[in-house]
Amino acid sequence: MIMLEKRPQPSRGWTFATPVVAVVLTMFFGGLLFAALGQDPLVTIRTIFLDPLFSEFAWFYRPQLLIKGAPLVLIAIGLSFGFRAGIWNIGAEGQYIVGAICGAAVGLAFYPIESFVIFPLMIIAGAIGGLLWAMIPGILRVRFGTNEILVSLMLVYVAEQLLASMALGALRNPDGMGFPGSRNLSQYDSAANLEIIAGSGMHWGVLTAFLAVILAYVALSRHIFGFNVRLSGQSPRAARFAGVNPGMLILSCMGISGALAGLAGLFEVAGPAGQISIDFNVGYGFTAIIVAFLGRLHPVGILLAGGLMALTYIGGEIAQSNLGLPIAAIQILQGMLLFFLLAVDVLTNYRVIWGRQVA
Amino acid sequence: MTEPLLRLSGLTKGYPGVVANKDVSFTIGPGEVHALLGENGAGKSTLVKTIYGLVKPDAGTMALEGQPFQPAEPRAARAAGVAMVFQHFSLFDAMNVAENIALGMENPPPQAEIAARVRSVSDQYGLPLDPDRIVGELSAGERQRVEIIRCLLQDPKLLIMDEPTSVLTPQEVEILFKTLRQLSAEGTAILYISHKLEEIRTLCDNATVLRLGQVVGECDPRQTSARDMAELMVGATLHVPEKAEKPSGNTVLALAGLSAKAPHQFGTALREINLEVRKGEVLGIGGVAGNGQDELVAALSGEMKSAKGMIRYKGDDVGQMPPNARRKIGLLAAPEERMGHAAAPDMSLTENAILTAMTRQNLTSKGFLHWGKARSFADEVIAAFDVRTPGPENAARSLSGGNLQKFVIGREIMQSPEVLVVNQPTWGVDASAAAAIRQALLDLAEKGAAVIVISQDLDELMEISDRFAALNEGRLSAPRPAQGLTVEEIGLMLGGAHDMEMAHVDA
Repeated sequence: MIMLEKRPQPSRGWTFATPVVAVVLTMFFGGLLFAALGQDPLVTIRTIFLDPLFSEFAWFYRPQLLIKGAPLVLIAIGLSFGFRAGIWNIGAEGQYIVGAICGAAVGLAFYPIESFVIFPLMIIAGAIGGLLWAMIPGILRVRFGTNEILVSLMLVYVAEQLLASMALGALRNPDGMGFPGSRNLSQYDSAANLEIIAGSGMHWGVLTAFLAVILAYVALSRHIFGFNVRLSGQSPRAARFAGVNPGMLILSCMGISGALAGLAGLFEVAGPAGQISIDFNVGYGFTAIIVAFLGRLHPVGILLAGGLMALTYIGGEIAQSNLGLPIAAIQILQGMLLFFLLAVDVLTNYRVIWGRQVA
Repeated sequence: MTEPLLRLSGLTKGYPGVVANKDVSFTIGPGEVHALLGENGAGKSTLVKTIYGLVKPDAGTMALEGQPFQPAEPRAARAAGVAMVFQHFSLFDAMNVAENIALGMENPPPQAEIAARVRSVSDQYGLPLDPDRIVGELSAGERQRVEIIRCLLQDPKLLIMDEPTSVLTPQEVEILFKTLRQLSAEGTAILYISHKLEEIRTLCDNATVLRLGQVVGECDPRQTSARDMAELMVGATLHVPEKAEKPSGNTVLALAGLSAKAPHQFGTALREINLEVRKGEVLGIGGVAGNGQDELVAALSGEMKSAKGMIRYKGDDVGQMPPNARRKIGLLAAPEERMGHAAAPDMSLTENAILTAMTRQNLTSKGFLHWGKARSFADEVIAAFDVRTPGPENAARSLSGGNLQKFVIGREIMQSPEVLVVNQPTWGVDASAAAAIRQALLDLAEKGAAVIVISQDLDELMEISDRFAALNEGRLSAPRPAQGLTVEEIGLMLGGAHDMEMAHVDA
C-alpha cells in the first residue's frame, strides 16, 4: 500500500523538480496520446516542443514566442499576488479587454495628431482601465462581502459585450466602410506598440513583462507588501494580528492584477492585434491562470511557464498545420501539463511511504 | 500479575534530524490508570500516535491482550479497542452534539438512537451532556465531554487522554476524574498525558517518564513528590519562579467601560470592562475559555477597534489605533492560538519574527525588509528562550507546541514592551518551559513593564500575579490582590464576576 506522510516542512528539492517532472510526464503521456491518434509520438513531441525553437523556420516562430508569452506572463504576474493572498481574480480576461478599450480610445482620440506623448498616455489609460474594472469586484468584496470569483468572472462577459459595442459603435473606424472594428493603431505611428528591435518580436509589452517579473520578485522577497501578501494567504488571522488591513490588501491585489491585465490588453491592441475588434480577446486572461499556477506563483517560475505555454501554442499550431493534429489534442496536452503539475505537487508537502516498510 | 492489556517493546521512531522515540518499553494492565510524563518534545505525542495507528514505528512491537498489535490507521486501532481524546477537539461548531458524534462513526445509526445512547452513557458516567445542543454554545469542558462520550460509545479497552484538564475549571476536573475512576474500576485502562503533576498524583496508578524519546524512569505517583517527578522529567533541578516584592508604579493602561459586540457568531461580547494596570505589576485574569478572553486580547492588540475613550495608554486614547501603531508605543500582545494566529505555520521562524517585531525592531526601512536583522532577532529569541529547533529558517509548524509557544512569547518579551498582554502563555507547555516563561514574564514586570496574563490555570495565576480578576461572560470582576485569595473566593469570582462584591461579603 502507498501512504502519504506530511513533511515537517515543504521539500525545497521537490519545489524545483515538480515542474520538470510534470513536463516530462506530459511529454510521455502526450506521446502515447498522439500514438493512439496514429501519429509518430517522437515526431509530434519534437514538432510541438522543439520545432518552434530549432527548426529551419525558427526565425519566424521565435518572435512569436515573445509575442504570445508576454501577455501571459504580464497577466499571470499580476494574478500571482492575489492568488498568494487567497484573493481569486478569475476575471483577468475582462480587465484585459477594458484595458485595451481604454488605451485604444485614448490613442484614437488623438488621431491623426503625431506626438510622442500619445503612446505613454495610452499605456496609463490601459492600466487605469484594467485597474478600475478590477476594482468593481474588489470594492464589492470589501464593502459587501460578495464573492470576487463570481463577480470578476461575470464581468468578463460584460466586458465582451462592451468590446462588441465599442467595435460596432463608438470606436468604429469612420473610414472603414461600415465594417466593425476600429482604426488600425499599429499603422498610426504615435499610437503603435512597435518592436524595439525589428524582427525580434520584442515590443514594449515584452519589455514591460520582463520588468514586471523583476519588480514582482523584489516585492515578494524583499518588501513588506509581498510579505503581507504571503502572510494573508497562509494565515489570515495571523495577518490581521500582524497589522495587515484585509480590505486594503484585497484592493491592492485586485488593483495590481487589473492594471497588469489592462496593460497586456493595451500592448496587444496597439501591437500584434492592431485594432479593437469584436473578437479581439483570445483567452490570454484565462490561460494566464494556468501560467500562474504552473509557475508556482513565483515570478521566475511564471516567466518560464509563460514561455512553455507560448511554446505549446505555437508548436500546437505547427503540429496542426504540418501533421494535421486536431486542435483538441493540443488542448488536452495543455490540460495534462496542469494536471501532472498539481499531481506531482503533492510530493512537495508529502513524502510517499510504501506499505512494505511497516515494522 | 495477569496478562497486561498493552505491552510496548522497544518502540523506536525517528524523524529527519531527531529521534522521537528510542527503545520505549512499558506495559499497561487492564483498568490501570497510567501516566505518561515528559517535557515537550520528549516523544509523548509520537508514542501515543503510534499506539493510535497514526504513526508507524521504525522498530519495536506492540501487543494488545497478548496478540500482536500494529494498527495501520486509527480505524484499526479503534476496532481493536483503543480510543483517544485529543488535546485539540475536532468538532464542528455549527452542528449539535449527536450530529458531531455521528460524523465520527463508520455506520452511524439514526440520530434519535445516537441521542438516546449519548444520554445513557452520560448518565452512566456522570458526564452531563445534552445531545441536542449546538457545539458552538458549549464550554470547553462540555466539548471535551463530547469527545469522551464519542470514545466511550466504542466501548474501549484503552482510553488515551492527551492533556485533558488544560481547558477545564476545577469543578469540571473533579467530574472528569470521577468518570475516569469509574471507567478504571470497570476495567478500562487509561493512558493519561498531563503536565499537571498534582493531578497525576491523585489519579494515576503508575507513571512512565520520557526524556528525549527514552524512558528515564517509572514511578508510583502516589509515593513520589511532584517535585521529584518534575526533576525526573527535566533531568535537572527545577526552578520555581521567584517573585520580587515591589511598589506599584503609575497607571499605564486604563480601560473605561470597554464594551464590544461579539466579533462572530460564537464569540463573546465584552461588557463594561473597567481596569487600571500599573507599571511593574502582573495582573492575572482567570476564567474559563470562551468568556471573552480572545476578544479582550483582540481589543488590546488592535485587531478589534473600540470606541473612543475606552482604552487609554499613558493617558492617550488608543482604541482606534491599528496593531502596529500600538506596538510602536509599547503595547504588545500574544494571542492564545499559536498556529495561525500568533504565528503562521508554513512560514519560517525568521518570517514569524517579522510578523510582530518589524515595527519595534526596525526590521524594515521604506518598506523593504532587512532579512539579516530579522534572522538575527529570530536567533536571539531562539537562544534566549531555549527554543529547540535546528535554526530560524525552519517552518513554525515543524516546532512542537511548547517550543513554538516559547518562541511566540519570547518574540514579544524580547521587544521590551511597556505593556504585554498574553493569553494562555503556558498552555500545552511542559513544566520546565512553563516555569521559564513565567519567570520571563516576572522579570519583564520587574523591569517596569505592566503584564496582563490571561489564563485558565489558576495555580499559574496565583503563582505570578500581583492582582487577580476574573472574566465571566464578557464581564471583568474588580481586581483584588492575589495574595491571600482563597480557592473559595476565586471560585466565586469565576462563577459570576458581576456580583462578585456581594459574594465576597457573604464569604
